[in-house]
Amino acid sequence: MEFGFLFLGQELGKGLILLQSITNPASQQAERINRVFNSFNIAAAAMLLLVSFLVVYICIKFRTKKGDSSEPLQTKGNTKLEAVMIGVPALLLAYFFYQTVVIERAVAPAVDKTMQPDIIITGHQWWWEVEYPASKVVTANEVHLPIGKHLLMEMRSADVIHDWWVPELGNKMDLVPNMNNYLWLDINKPGNYAGACSEFCGAQHAWMRINVIAQTQNDFNKWLALNQSNAKAPGDALAMAGEKLFQEKTCANCHRIQGTAANAIVGPDLTHIGGRQEILTGIMKNNEGNLYKWINHPQEIKPGAHMPDFILEKDSVVAIAHYLIGLK
Amino acid sequence: MAEIVDIPEPSTSFPGLGVSTDQGLLQWISSVDHKMIGIMYLFVALFFFVIGGLEALLMRVQLAWPLMHFLGPETYNQFFTMHGTTMIFFVAMPAVFGFSVYFVPLMIGANEMAFPRMNAFSLWITFFGGLLLYFSFVAGGAPDAGWFNYAPLNQKNYSSNPGIDYYAMGLLLSGIGSVTTSINLIVTVLHKRIRNMKLNKLPLFVWMVFVNSFLLLAAFPSLNAALAMLLMDRQFHAHFFNTTNGGSALLWQHLFWIFGHPEVYIVILPPFGILSEVFPVFSRKPIFGYSFVAVSSVAIALLAFGVWAHHMFAVGLGNTVDSFFSASSMLIGIPTGVKIFNWLATMYGGKIKFTVSMMFAIAFLVEFTIGGLSGIAFSIVPIDWQLTDTYYVVAHLHYVFIGGTIFGLFAGLFYWFPKMTGKMLDEKTGKWFFWLFVIGFNATFLVQHLLGILGMPRRVYTYPDLPWYGVLNFISTTGAFLMGASILLLVYVIYKSMKRGKEAGNNPWDAATLEWATTSPPPLKNFDELPLVEGPRPLWDWKQTSAPEREKKEQG
Repeated sequence: MEFGFLFLGQELGKGLILLQSITNPASQQAERINRVFNSFNIAAAAMLLLVSFLVVYICIKFRTKKGDSSEPLQTKGNTKLEAVMIGVPALLLAYFFYQTVVIERAVAPAVDKTMQPDIIITGHQWWWEVEYPASKVVTANEVHLPIGKHLLMEMRSADVIHDWWVPELGNKMDLVPNMNNYLWLDINKPGNYAGACSEFCGAQHAWMRINVIAQTQNDFNKWLALNQSNAKAPGDALAMAGEKLFQEKTCANCHRIQGTAANAIVGPDLTHIGGRQEILTGIMKNNEGNLYKWINHPQEIKPGAHMPDFILEKDSVVAIAHYLIGLK
Repeated sequence: MAEIVDIPEPSTSFPGLGVSTDQGLLQWISSVDHKMIGIMYLFVALFFFVIGGLEALLMRVQLAWPLMHFLGPETYNQFFTMHGTTMIFFVAMPAVFGFSVYFVPLMIGANEMAFPRMNAFSLWITFFGGLLLYFSFVAGGAPDAGWFNYAPLNQKNYSSNPGIDYYAMGLLLSGIGSVTTSINLIVTVLHKRIRNMKLNKLPLFVWMVFVNSFLLLAAFPSLNAALAMLLMDRQFHAHFFNTTNGGSALLWQHLFWIFGHPEVYIVILPPFGILSEVFPVFSRKPIFGYSFVAVSSVAIALLAFGVWAHHMFAVGLGNTVDSFFSASSMLIGIPTGVKIFNWLATMYGGKIKFTVSMMFAIAFLVEFTIGGLSGIAFSIVPIDWQLTDTYYVVAHLHYVFIGGTIFGLFAGLFYWFPKMTGKMLDEKTGKWFFWLFVIGFNATFLVQHLLGILGMPRRVYTYPDLPWYGVLNFISTTGAFLMGASILLLVYVIYKSMKRGKEAGNNPWDAATLEWATTSPPPLKNFDELPLVEGPRPLWDWKQTSAPEREKKEQG
């Protein structure tokens, strides 16, 4: 059964390169885990086949024949057979325990807490804050990472427990309030890897998805340099109006736009929001129309989110959306 | 049968209603008879099973297709919380208790439980606990933080409606019922057994219930403590789990799972006991390895307290802790898994009769193996790191709770229904029900393994339209409705059989334990006389001894 799934998973993986699956590993950690998952699946399939075969065989062979009312031989047990029944599973499990310990050490080696992490992920209800401490870049939801590097990620939570999980990149890790967790990651190939928060965290748990954008070191450096800079100044009159509204209305109370007076860190950093592919952790594509829809009526798009419905005039929303999409 | 052992009548604990007087509902409400209480437990379980099942169906409608707008996130989160809480605490447990309090006295040759009035108290407090939990729907909102209700999401600042207060109070109340029932069952088994029935001659169902009661007594204090602390947090601003004030998020997880994992065994051991009765009876052979089955349940009960952190491999406890709990979880898999082979060996060489009860037992062997194997996947820490909190877990736990507990309970229902009502539970429609349920169940949950592998987290009210998500979820929803239809059919079969089922007689299955020595249904006083007990199959032994030998034994 399990093996069948695995096989199907691999077949699907060949047809659709972007299929999100733990059987399509794209990091060294995920590869290690996938290998033990494969051998587990083989052992499990063998076990299930054995039980299924015995069930069918015994049911056919020992069904009561018509008219037979005699009683069968009353055997009560067999110590040797029972020893085999206990011994074989015990040996199999011993093997998998050995694998467990080896892979644990390979995937999650001890962390020297004095080391500066390459990236700090902070979980919020219901978005991800992403910080690169060395370059002081702060962004949200779309996590740019370089490939071929031994990355140390620090996991924090600003409110409840969340969980970082990108299936193709390997092990998940909880983000627990008042506790720093760490995750090692060596990504093998560039690409977009989808993931999601996997610990139930409240109303919008379903829309706390992750988009990891793995890039070559060169591309990553370019992205990082761009995001280190201050926000672009508004390019036209409408965008200027939008900037003014952003600072005057309540937006600036929660959001930060580097290089302006908006400096709050309650909601996602918007310094370079125009450069993101999606908004609201994947609910919508990032474009001016969708930004308008969201700002106009947040509770309809993402009910329960901590951004309330504001009473804004249509023109104001248009201007703010126009301003934000320009922040490439 | 000759009078051999005198069984005292439970005279002091009667409410004063005669045997023959039919006072209708009042008689049920005021009853302290273990058989009536057992049946009421089963009805409580059925009542909540239908409610919990409807919640599940509504959830499956919402998940039938990507980006559906049938239930909002708030409603969905309340439904999945209530579904889990209901099924564990108000379906699985009352059903297990129902069979336990009905059949433990009968199987050990007693006329009553040790404490009949406490027995009634346990039933009603459990039922009222469930009603209190459901009252939350009209009192401002049901609990919405999942059945294991993690901190700090369970705190007032994250879940401000009163649902979680009702959750805590409801579970505390029904917990009192569970604890008193366990005490009652332990004392009954220790004190009320018929002369000569040593502990190593107990029928395996009684043995499992006995061990299980100790397990329950040891597990519930942890839950009760956690619930009391949670109530203090929410009502009196204590800071046990409130992380914004220095409380601990992980303390709740430890306390909950120290209860929660034994709880899984609490609802599976008695069904194991039922199966250990059903397999021998319909294979016409004694259980294979009585001692192993009995002793391994003790091993499970002890090990159950050393595996809780396997629910927490992803919280960052470190490799040392994870490895310890990995080893203990694998270890507990052995006594659990080997039982499958005990039952197979019981069937081997027998003369198998394919009654509905036996069919559920046989199907259990395959379904529970699937659930057990996916359970082993979670004991391998790196695999757990990938698959925990995904639909793979949802599939796993349903294969254990349905493929294990519910299949066992259905085997028990079809096996004991004739004893409880005097009527056979219709075998022909029963088989229709069996196939519908088995197909529906596997269609619902088999595909969910794949969804987990493809990266779908559990407890999401909707999901993006990723490859295969839509079609797999749609299959799952279709299966859920098949299951729903099969339950309707079951209710009809029960109703029809009670009205005009075939007369059962005392011992329709030619079974070997003492409950089959009395009439069906048994009279208020279960037994007047019973044969001498010489092993776990007293009626079988009695049948085998020739008349002169019997006389000799009676005199000796």
